[in-house]
Amino acid sequence: MSNITRAREALIARILEGDGKASRAQRLAAFDCTGSSEPVNTLTEKVVKQAWRVTDQDIAVAKASGLSEDQIFEIVVCAAIGQAVRQHDTALAALEAATKEE
Amino acid sequence: MRLAILDRGHSLGTRALFVLIRVASRQPVLDIIKLVKYRAEFYGTPMQRITQEAMRGPSAWSVADRELMAALVAKTNRCEWCTKAHTAVAEGAYRDGAIVSAVLSDFESATIEKPLRAILRMLCKLTREHALNADDMREVLAAGVSRDQIEDALAVCFSFNTIGRLADAFGFSLPGPKAFEAGAKYLLARGYR
Repeated sequence: MSNITRAREALIARILEGDGKASRAQRLAAFDCTGSSEPVNTLTEKVVKQAWRVTDQDIAVAKASGLSEDQIFEIVVCAAIGQAVRQHDTALAALEAATKEE
Repeated sequence: MRLAILDRGHSLGTRALFVLIRVASRQPVLDIIKLVKYRAEFYGTPMQRITQEAMRGPSAWSVADRELMAALVAKTNRCEWCTKAHTAVAEGAYRDGAIVSAVLSDFESATIEKPLRAILRMLCKLTREHALNADDMREVLAAGVSRDQIEDALAVCFSFNTIGRLADAFGFSLPGPKAFEAGAKYLLARGYR
């Protein structure tokens, strides 16, 4: 079987704990989709729940708030990965529960 | 793309690589390549390791099956760019466009094996509802899917639940079908490295 466990850990460690243009607190808030102020909160919520609804305006408003493109890049990446991680963890926990009882 | 840095912010060496890609493929550089090559040490390189393992690593699922899963996850996320891209790869891998169309249209009625149908149903539910429970997994196991196969499919789902969100949030441009065909040939020959 394929095994992404260590590579997934490395990715999370890099985006949250490594150097970045956004602060670690900003990246963690985006990853967790909690605790960001506007307009970042709206942007990260859209990325997490309905990414197809993100618009040019969402990015323009984030820029107008003073964020650089590099900071927006990192925040969006963290939000997307955070949601994928939560879904993955939920599914792995369900699998563990289902197989434990066998 | 909505961020100019993803279009024009690459290093000189990467821009030279893009010229080579354009010349060799006779197609524009796909936005996914521009994304993974921008500050690659932050996202592209660590993510490509995951995607390569999920899509081309050892698995009881074929490459074609995994590309089909990717396309279906993308479709469930309403990501047009990833749906078109991985439909093209799945069609190439199966050498059968009809089965890919049938599955993406309605996998419940498509002519596919029971284990594949069960895993696709589970991936769609996870992607749509963001959650699963033990009963969902018991259904998949009862359809003859092994635990290892479930974990492999979840790795595919992880990759495309990430990539699809980024494609939509950054506003990837939709190229013509020939560009996706060229991308599909590359992915089938070289993988996601």
